[in-house]
Formats: sequence, C-alpha cells, structure tokens
Amino acid sequence: MRNVAIVSFAQLPSVRVSHATDEAELVQPVTSQAMKQVGITQDDIGFTCSGSTDYLPGRPFSFVAAVDGLKAWPPIRESHVEMDGAFALYEAWVRLLHGDIDTALVFSFGKCSLGPVPDVLNLQNDPYYVQPLGLDSISAAALQAQALIDAGKATERDFAEVAVRNRKNALGNPNAQIKGDFGVDELLEEPYLSSPLRKSFCSPLSDSAAAIVLAAGDAAKKLTKRPAWIRGIDHRTEPHSLGQRDLTSSPSAKLAAEKAGVGKGKVDLAELHAPFAHQELILREALGLGDDVNVNPSGGALAANSLMTAGLIRFGEAASRVLAGKADRAVAHTTNGVCLQHNLVAVLEGE
Amino acid sequence: MAEQCAVVGIGQTKHRESRRDVSMPGLIRIAALEALEDADMTFKDVDAIVIGTAPDMFEGIMMPELFLADALGAAGKPIFRVHTAGSVGGSTAVVASHLVQAGVHEKVLTVAFEKQSESNAMWALSPAIPFQPQLVAGAGGYFAPLIRSYIRRADAHPDTGCMVAVKDRAHGMLNPHAHLHLDQSLEEVKAAPMLWDPIRYSETCPSSDGAVAMVLVNQQQAKRVKNPAWVKGTSVRTERTFFAGRDQVNPRAGQQCAKDVYDQAGITNPPVEIDCAEIYVPFSWFEPMWLENLGFAEEGLGWKMTMEGKTKLGADMPINMSGGVMCTNPIGASGMLRFAEAARQVRGTADQHQVDGAKVALGHAFGGGSQFFAAWIVSSER
Repeated sequence: MRNVAIVSFAQLPSVRVSHATDEAELVQPVTSQAMKQVGITQDDIGFTCSGSTDYLPGRPFSFVAAVDGLKAWPPIRESHVEMDGAFALYEAWVRLLHGDIDTALVFSFGKCSLGPVPDVLNLQNDPYYVQPLGLDSISAAALQAQALIDAGKATERDFAEVAVRNRKNALGNPNAQIKGDFGVDELLEEPYLSSPLRKSFCSPLSDSAAAIVLAAGDAAKKLTKRPAWIRGIDHRTEPHSLGQRDLTSSPSAKLAAEKAGVGKGKVDLAELHAPFAHQELILREALGLGDDVNVNPSGGALAANSLMTAGLIRFGEAASRVLAGKADRAVAHTTNGVCLQHNLVAVLEGE
Repeated sequence: MAEQCAVVGIGQTKHRESRRDVSMPGLIRIAALEALEDADMTFKDVDAIVIGTAPDMFEGIMMPELFLADALGAAGKPIFRVHTAGSVGGSTAVVASHLVQAGVHEKVLTVAFEKQSESNAMWALSPAIPFQPQLVAGAGGYFAPLIRSYIRRADAHPDTGCMVAVKDRAHGMLNPHAHLHLDQSLEEVKAAPMLWDPIRYSETCPSSDGAVAMVLVNQQQAKRVKNPAWVKGTSVRTERTFFAGRDQVNPRAGQQCAKDVYDQAGITNPPVEIDCAEIYVPFSWFEPMWLENLGFAEEGLGWKMTMEGKTKLGADMPINMSGGVMCTNPIGASGMLRFAEAARQVRGTADQHQVDGAKVALGHAFGGGSQFFAAWIVSSER
C-alpha cells in the first residue's frame, strides 16, 4: 500500500458563537490556510472531501454551500460524507491509495450555536422505538456513565479528574473554548445536568471549522520536512440499540485500534474524541493506552467540541505534534453516534 | 490501483410512492439480501458497507447509518456514509469500488435508499436559506430556466421533453421494480398540466420509496459468479453553484466527469463504443441535455437523437432502459439505480429491458444545481 501522510492542519478557534454567516465563510479561511502552510493552492489538490451534517444549520443540502468556499473551478474531484471530517479524511486516504493523484484536501465545519444540539442528537436514535422517548445526548451518555459506576469501573471523582486534566491541558491551546486550572472537588460540587454527569463532565458546544492536507509518498516529503505518516487507519461500528451493548466497554474502538496497529509500538500521545469525560476512560481501555501515554494534550473535546469537526481536529492536533517533531508516534480517534457506537482510529508516525 | 473491481450482486426493492409495508431497515434489507444472494454470499461474508442516502431530513433521522447498522449486519465492521446531493447513489458506488480497487477490502456491500413518503420531498428541496432570497419551489423551479435556455440555444423541437416521457414510461412498463407503470401516448403526456414552464406534470419524476444494493469484489472474489460486471472507470466532478459565466445547461463538471471515465475505459467514441447508458433524468428535458454533455451527441443536436427515436430500446443508443428516474425516484438511491442498471445490462440480467449483447454500459448521476457528477463504465470483459 502507498504511504499517505498528513502534511498540514488548520483550524478556526472553537467559540460558543461564530459570527461567520454561512458555510463558505467557515470553510474558506481554514482550507486556504492549510494549503498556504505547505505552499499549494486548490489547483494542486487532486481530491477534496468534506464532512458535515444538515442537522446543525437545520436545512437539507447545507454542504452544497460549502463548495462556494473553495476554488472549485475548473471543476474538482470532490466528495462529501454526512459524518465527522475524520471520516472524510478516511475517504481521501482510500482515494490516494489509487496512485493517480498525490494530494487531497479534507475539511469539515460545524456550528453548534444554531440549535439545541443535545436534543437534535436524539434524531440519531432509532426513529420507531427510541426517538419518541426524547433521549437527548446528555441523558444517553449519563446512562453509560452510570453503567460504569455500577460496574465498579469508575467513580464520579475519576470523571472529574479527566475533566480537570483536559481543561488544564487546554491552557496551552489557543483554539480551545473552555480552559483553566480547576479543582476536582470544585467540579464535584457542580449540580448534575443528568446524573451522574455534571456540566464539566460534558463537552461544550462550539462553532469551528478545520482542514487537513494529505499527500502521498514523495509528494508528502516535498511539502513538509517531517510528514505525519498514516501507518494504520480503521473504523468499526457496533449494534445500534443501547440494550444490545455493554456500554462500559467499546469493542468497536478496540477492534479498530487492533486493525490500525495501535499496539505495535510505543504511543507517545493520543487525541481521543470523547465528548463526555467518562468516555475517555472507556476509550483508553479499548485502545490499550497505559498511564504513560499523554492523552489529549490539546484539551480534547471537553475543551472544544464543534460537532462534525472535533474528530478531524483530533487528527490535526495529533499530526501537528508529529509534524513539529514533538512526538514520534501518535494515535488519533473519532467517534460518532450515541454512546460511542462508531469509532475511527489511526496511527500517525514521523520518520 | 492495486485491484480490479467487479459487481457480482445486485438487488433492489419494488419502488412505490409509499412502502408502508416495510420499515426503513426492512426496505434496505430487501435490496441487500437480494444482492447478497445474487453474489452467493451472506452478511457474514461482507468486509465493509458503504451506504448512501440524500438529505437525512427526508426521513427525519440524523445519520441513519447508525440506526441501520444492525439491519445490514454491520456490527464489528466498517460502515461508511456518503452524501453528495442527487449524485449520492453514484458517489456511494464509486467510494465502495475504491475500497476494493485500493486493496483495503475484498468484498464490499453498498446500499442506497430513500423513504420519501416519510416527508414531503418537494418542500424539503425548497429550503429558505438565510441571507438568500427564496426563489424556487421544488427542484423543477430551479431547473426549468435551464431547460428554457437549452430549448432556445438548441432551437429544440418543443415536443422533445414529452417524447422522452413517453419513451421512458414505455421502458418502465418492462421493469417490474419501477414505481410508475404508465402506458402513455404523446397526446396524453402533452395534455398534462404545466408545472414549471416548460415542465409538465407528466415530464417530472415521481417521489418514491425504494432501495438498491450491490456487492463489489476484487478479481479473486469475482470468480463467485459467471457474469461479473467489471468496473472500467469511475469518476466524480464538482463545480460551484453560482458564479458569473457558469454554463449550467452544459456544465463543464459533467463533461470532465464523462471524459475521465471514458479515458479510464479507453473509450474514444462514446456512441459507438458504449452499448447503452442509464443517465440521471429527473425532468424529461435532461435527456437531450445530458446526451450532449456526455458526448453522445454534438452540442445542440441531442434533441434530434431523442426525436428520431434513437434512444429507445432496440435503437442505436438505448438510454434509460429501466425507465430511469422518470419512472422511479427514491432520491438517495436514484444514482445507484442507474449504476446498477448499467451493471445488469453488461451481466445480461436485465430481463425484459435487456439490450441484446450489451458489453459496455455507462451509469451516470448528478446533483445540486447541476454541479455534482458521478459516473462509471462497466463491462462484461475484464
């Protein structure tokens, strides 16, 4: 198989409300910056792929307007997934394996400020049996967190510690939305949003956009000194119904990690897409990450969570540390669906 | 690319205005199980699934692949969701074929569906976009001016669109899966009420519930069947919706998409070397427009091919043998239905709408404001 690498990453700062008025205004700055960083333009890009969802702006075909943020003339090879941008990266990786083109542009955008996101996410549930119950995303995650407690695998204090560490890490991240040096006991005094989840155990709602440039083989080496090579990438799903799953583990993340080869070497850092604090604990176990692994140096989704973009940002944050020579081997992860139903895992390496 | 890709299984539902007899999982399982049986496989044999559907809002579900994973036996496997507007069914098949060609997977199940009876597609296609005036009602409102422009530019015979409707509905009569089974005369088509001048009600596609599935495999696995359809070329092209000077009647993205698949398949003279084509014609007039865009007719002469009857089954260049989008339109599946019909033709399994001896066929889809294109060429020969 051909070697494909991340060579550039750009993101808009995650904020509660972005005043970009439309998709093109979100997309244009990050895509042009990602390309500019490696000295190329859209004319040099062989394939373009994006990820977004119509349920954030609340209208069908919203991604069509995003194309107007690109220089899509003359016509371009382009595709779109109704998934996180990290899955668009997966499609672009597959496309580059063909060998006829050497570069790809991947981007995603999401404005959570446009609607009541936790309620909207109920629409991911089975429309016949679960949606009518109004199971919002925080309540669903709370069921999972409680299952962890009931199984004796974690305590509320563990959740708080995850939140404290992520938001402390975010202090070094200019693009993070929520950051600070909080105390565990302080967080444990917050009221429950949905027991046992308190506000700080949940990700914020963010507006953002992100873009990544992929390149294959020699093209990657020409564009940057130290490309972040995708050594393995795989995604897996699980049964949809919460009642059919052991919510305290993530067999899909475990399998994807095995296929991606996470355990084949020492992991320096991992960027895990865990929108709720307890999910980081589940993912750490599934991916087999020990205490020596630096998890979410960026602050992760608990510091900034622009839906559809947070996963691609995990890839970008992991890759940027490899590109900068701060890590030799990094893991990037993205999740989709209620209670970690679907997981994508990749291993990124320097030379 | 590392591997060759072949279609070894094809399945689809009976398409209807409303499939109240089945749930969404039930609908896609009909198509998926039929495709797997055709490929002599079960869900257990599938390495990965690629699913396509148009806006999630048509069914009121966000990312339906999450909820449909169980119905497709996807637990423990990769399931991937594509959405590229009206071209999505085609793009989905292209993504699935790339997984095989790149050597990532050996056996991929690809599925596309729409259950349009869950909502009102025409109004879902008429969104009020912030900061933009709401000018159109339904897709016809967007496309009618382009058709008027085509008629003026090509000085086309005004009956051309009606002739397409008569022909496609006659083809649809031969296809038991088709939604519309209408035996219509030219006079009947012409007498229908005008919706968006020059588009009459009889010249529009229906709104359907339906699903289609295909099994795509590599060269080794293609031995499972006697008659694989080999994928000889795939392509996607996109251009922006609005900019000064953009030709939406004969879009460059469509031309380049066609040229790309022809080049990959070694085709230099499409009307001679391609035996039949299934192309995305949601409104009758798009047949002559795409005949020109795809290189089957010279610019300005597509309507003559239609008027002379050259696009009928049994004639020189059969177009939309299945009855096409004019007879069946579950939007998210419509593109893949075109790709699947092309594969059926070269496999020789198109039953009553089979083109005798078809060896090379084109499948085509488009979406958005005539700006997203997907195409593939399939052949009975490797």
